[in-house]
Amino acid sequence: MELLDNLLLGFSIAVTPANLLYAFVGCVVGTLIGVLPGIGPVATIAMLLPITYGLEPVTALIMLAGIYYGASYGGSTTAILVNLPGEMSSVITVLDGHQMAKQGRAGAALCVAALGSFFAGTVSTMVIAAFAPPLADLALEFDAAEYFSLMVLGLVSAIALAHGSVLKAILMTVLGLLLGMVGTDVNSGMARFSFDRPELIDGIGFVAMTMGLFAFAEIAVNLERTMRAGTIADGISSLWITWKEFKQSFAAVLRGSAVGSMLGILPGGGATLSAFASYTLEKKLSKDPSRFGRGAIEGVAGPESANNAGAQISFIPMLTLGIPSNAVMALMVGALIIHDIQPGPQIMTKTPDLFWGLVASMWVGNAMLVILNLPLIGIWVKLLSVPYRILYPVILLCCAIGAYSANNNMFDVWVAIVFGFLGYIFLKLECEPAPLLLGYILGPMLEENLRRALVLSRGDYTVFFTRPISSAMLLLALGLLVLMVVPAIRAKRETVFQES
Amino acid sequence: MQLIRNPRDFYAGLLFVAFGVVALVFAQSYPLGTASRMGPGYFPRVLGILLVSLGALQTLIGMRRKSGFPLEWHWRPLFILLASVALFIVLTTWLGLIVSALVLVFISSAASAEFRWKEALIAGAAQGVAAAALFVWGLGLPLPVWPPFFGG
Repeated sequence: MELLDNLLLGFSIAVTPANLLYAFVGCVVGTLIGVLPGIGPVATIAMLLPITYGLEPVTALIMLAGIYYGASYGGSTTAILVNLPGEMSSVITVLDGHQMAKQGRAGAALCVAALGSFFAGTVSTMVIAAFAPPLADLALEFDAAEYFSLMVLGLVSAIALAHGSVLKAILMTVLGLLLGMVGTDVNSGMARFSFDRPELIDGIGFVAMTMGLFAFAEIAVNLERTMRAGTIADGISSLWITWKEFKQSFAAVLRGSAVGSMLGILPGGGATLSAFASYTLEKKLSKDPSRFGRGAIEGVAGPESANNAGAQISFIPMLTLGIPSNAVMALMVGALIIHDIQPGPQIMTKTPDLFWGLVASMWVGNAMLVILNLPLIGIWVKLLSVPYRILYPVILLCCAIGAYSANNNMFDVWVAIVFGFLGYIFLKLECEPAPLLLGYILGPMLEENLRRALVLSRGDYTVFFTRPISSAMLLLALGLLVLMVVPAIRAKRETVFQES
Repeated sequence: MQLIRNPRDFYAGLLFVAFGVVALVFAQSYPLGTASRMGPGYFPRVLGILLVSLGALQTLIGMRRKSGFPLEWHWRPLFILLASVALFIVLTTWLGLIVSALVLVFISSAASAEFRWKEALIAGAAQGVAAAALFVWGLGLPLPVWPPFFGG
């Protein structure tokens, strides 16, 4: 069994002391930011990226991955106990999770969230192990035209699944592509949009830009509202669930894992979308939908399983095609590039240690998270009493030093300030920054493959439609664009996001 | 007749048009090339045109569709935050990381409505020492810890 051999290889790497340690650090940090509202995984990963420069690439990825799926575990704690989502992916858990807490069943809700997430994490680890290799094999056949079309499809579906206005998401993506052009053009060696600053020759600092857009701007917006600490539901008496609750939630966990495994692979998908879809599904399938919103355990079990499965499955396109499907994956691509690893299908053949080590570490990390989130829940709850006014200057300082450390250059910190200013304007104008980040990462690759495809076809644009795989992907992208503009479907898409 | 019905859409549109114009102006000096041998100016121009045209469409939408709630800007917290970081940049080379971190934490704390100066001072001093320990002594960042005239 090749799959078993590969997984064994993976586990042999994942359980080395260093990797275990960093997986643990990642999980702890992930849980921490998951619990604390007002800090997202994107800002945190950007903040910690400089620390990973000195690590082995696989160790760095293991830690960063731990932060991402750790956040989807931790986010549920705050959602259930304080009626505040710690993360976007737990927004939906608030509905029934906090109702359960009010009815004195907080322990059961936390338990089902953690165990459901663990089950989903196990399922999605297997899914990645089984489906990533064939996908990478397929991707090895891809030529420049296919890559170009694939990236277009990726960007279009990320736009389709973004929240809010479609046009704004398109504009943010295009602006991101343009920002990706800054720096030396690989083909001609010409410096573009560098304004004669030597610091911009290598492009806009990716870490600094992310910190500005995500951390600085988010803090500024958070400060506008008074961040009230919610009342913590007391009486986490027992962490066990009753037999009845187990029966009710078991099927929901199974369905949630399936939903997350399917939606996680979509560009723009991942944890949040999976959680919303799972909640809608559970409500539709329920014999008594009126229980939802009043403490239905399925409403916690389904979405919590789905968001964890979705978070992990979104690694598939990044690892096999080199194409990030959400902002966190864009950061992972950035981390790989910093370590001189070109993301793409060759990762699996050239560095199998990295690929399988990361996959195995996901399961290890999930096991750690169950321990972190159940017996140690009291510690996290205490953290919630740290007021935001103490917290945000810490984040700001870590970002400032983090931006500096990317190139040991203060210029990057100025970049972060500029993007903090822009990011605030974007947030106020309801322009999501995530598509911009995706565009920025994909921009140079998109241009490169467009150029190469057209050199090969001698300037014939039909090449994108005469090659079958490329043409299928472009048609799919076009279809998605048309669907988005049709008002009826747009209205439906709004309601999916508004059921929170 | 109200011109701007939805300020969020209207100003967002203008912002993107502005970015597009900047891109197009600068891209003028980059060779365009041909489709089979694209120059460095080809793709940026395509993106610039997209930004200008779709941005204009967004602006028009902002003039037609109404918005639910008014747009309010709160510049004060943002500017305090960004100014504290700018000061940090300037001060670090002059006075070292501990002092500059203290300044960043103290000033940025003032962005909150619940600002308490004693608490911010203590937090700033603690974080200055912690940052020096972690980032300079631990991770070896080439930043001065103390003001150079202290001989550090």
